[in-house]
Amino acid sequence: MNATPHGILMKGFKPSAPFLLLLPAMIVLAAVVVVPLLLSLYSSFTPFRLTRPETFFVFVGFRNYLSILSNADFWWAFGRTVLLLTIALNLEMLLGLGLAMLVEKATRGQRILRTLMMFPMMFSPILVGFQFKFMFNDNIGLVNNALQSLGITQDAIPWLIEGHLAFIAISIAETWSSTAIFAILILAGLLAMPKEPIEAARVDGCTPWQTFRYVTWPFVMPFAYIAMTIRSLDVARAYDIVKIMTDGGPAGRTELLWTLVARTAYSDGRMGMANAMAYFSILLSIAFTVYFFNKLAAARTQIGAEW
Amino acid sequence: MVRMDENSSARLKRRLTGIVYRIGLFLAMLTICLPGLWIVISSLRPTVEIMAKPPVWIPQEISFDAYVAMFSGIGKGGIPVIEYFRNSLIISVTSTVIAVAIGMAGGYAFARYRFRGKSSVFLGLMLTRTVPGIALSLPLFFLYVRLGIIDTHFGLILAYVALNVPFTIWLIDGFFRQVPKDLAEAAQIDGCTRWQAFWQVEFPLAGPGIASAAIFAFLTCWNEFALASQLTRSVSAKTLPVGLLDYTAEFTIDWRGMCALAVVMIIPALTLTYIVQKHLVGGLTSGAVKG
Repeated sequence: MNATPHGILMKGFKPSAPFLLLLPAMIVLAAVVVVPLLLSLYSSFTPFRLTRPETFFVFVGFRNYLSILSNADFWWAFGRTVLLLTIALNLEMLLGLGLAMLVEKATRGQRILRTLMMFPMMFSPILVGFQFKFMFNDNIGLVNNALQSLGITQDAIPWLIEGHLAFIAISIAETWSSTAIFAILILAGLLAMPKEPIEAARVDGCTPWQTFRYVTWPFVMPFAYIAMTIRSLDVARAYDIVKIMTDGGPAGRTELLWTLVARTAYSDGRMGMANAMAYFSILLSIAFTVYFFNKLAAARTQIGAEW
Repeated sequence: MVRMDENSSARLKRRLTGIVYRIGLFLAMLTICLPGLWIVISSLRPTVEIMAKPPVWIPQEISFDAYVAMFSGIGKGGIPVIEYFRNSLIISVTSTVIAVAIGMAGGYAFARYRFRGKSSVFLGLMLTRTVPGIALSLPLFFLYVRLGIIDTHFGLILAYVALNVPFTIWLIDGFFRQVPKDLAEAAQIDGCTRWQAFWQVEFPLAGPGIASAAIFAFLTCWNEFALASQLTRSVSAKTLPVGLLDYTAEFTIDWRGMCALAVVMIIPALTLTYIVQKHLVGGLTSGAVKG
């Protein structure tokens, strides 16, 4: 009876090697992420404004959260963010898979193709935003110039000025920038795959689709989930793209959760409210990551890898 | 005859799929490369040509004016690029070195030890990475103002170390797993301490992988915008991605200048990514196949 608590106590005093090795990481993350997040959690219960520091100590309970719930702008931004992520992630997955299979088939110059394929990954999201802002410019942009020169349309299409078109332009930019992550990881899967099962499937008379569905895909799936997990660690990179392409405009029609948080905090100076909103965006990111992380772990177990 | 026909139609079919395949591949690569190429071309043309209506497709003259203007300082071509470049470099390099040192310790712990709650600790580390930069910037902004480290290199370095540590651990964990355990054990039997075994056996073998983790961390810092845009204010700490916005802050946008700055930002990123591409994929996927 007495031995157990004593044993735990002893263990506590003699830290193990992995604990010591992980300690620096824990300290940094605690100082820069965990503690600030607790602070922001606290301030989401206050009417804190940057211009009036004394409001930091006024406690208003769930008032910020309640007013978010009835804030139409917030829910539009939330819905738009989820829609953008759904569209972008699915497209990236499909295009990445297609691209990987195209490159895998190439007999010559595969190395250079692989390098080209990774090209968009090198672009900072802010650059992606700028580059597509330039290309979608209604007056001098590449897209409209091409459409007009080919005689498809006479008018300058207001890509970034009309709400729906702007959303489409942003989705394209987002997809362009992140398809590479899926493509390289799925390609790694395809290249690591043993060739015998495919041969066997063909000998057994499987159609190409069946071979893909029941032989290739199960093998490549864990790689796709790695890509999803990496991607979900960084879903908020869309902030950079939107910030520079439209800055949430026209009239808030492309406002995402993240741009709304930034605007509420820094332009309006309503820190308390912005922190409450930020918590929604954090929960959204965490939900994405946990979901794909579990899928990844399951896929790894399925093919018998050590975890 | 019939046999011949079948043969030649099969050959024709294969030829056709071959052509379709090549066209597909070409279009895909074009879509990937075109936006970047367009920026490079635009940075080298005179502004008149960029603005021309109807559009001028083939550049009539090449000029490096945009680059010259950019590096000749404030007043002549707009923005203090050299200062931004220096800030970016100092901040990225310092935070990368620290993040990799911390990541090596953490990655080694995950690759070589079994401990309770390993998978939850790993997930916990990753979760800290998911916090959107802009959400994290709110409390950091407040804290940094209080601590007086807003708009300093130190503040941004601190934030970037934390930003990079989780992913660095993931990558380095993968690279250490690729080094067989037996090697270090053999070295220990031969009389090395664990510390010596690590530096003389495991570290050199995982070295290229760790280097690519470092480059990846560097690129993350180099490209980061959301945090930098809120935690820096002036020329003394602004980084290149934030500086890019200087061009849009004006009523009119200097497209050519922005293109030139974009090229300046891409070149280091491009070179570094090219160097690491092979190792990067290896580190991320190790453990996905055959543990």
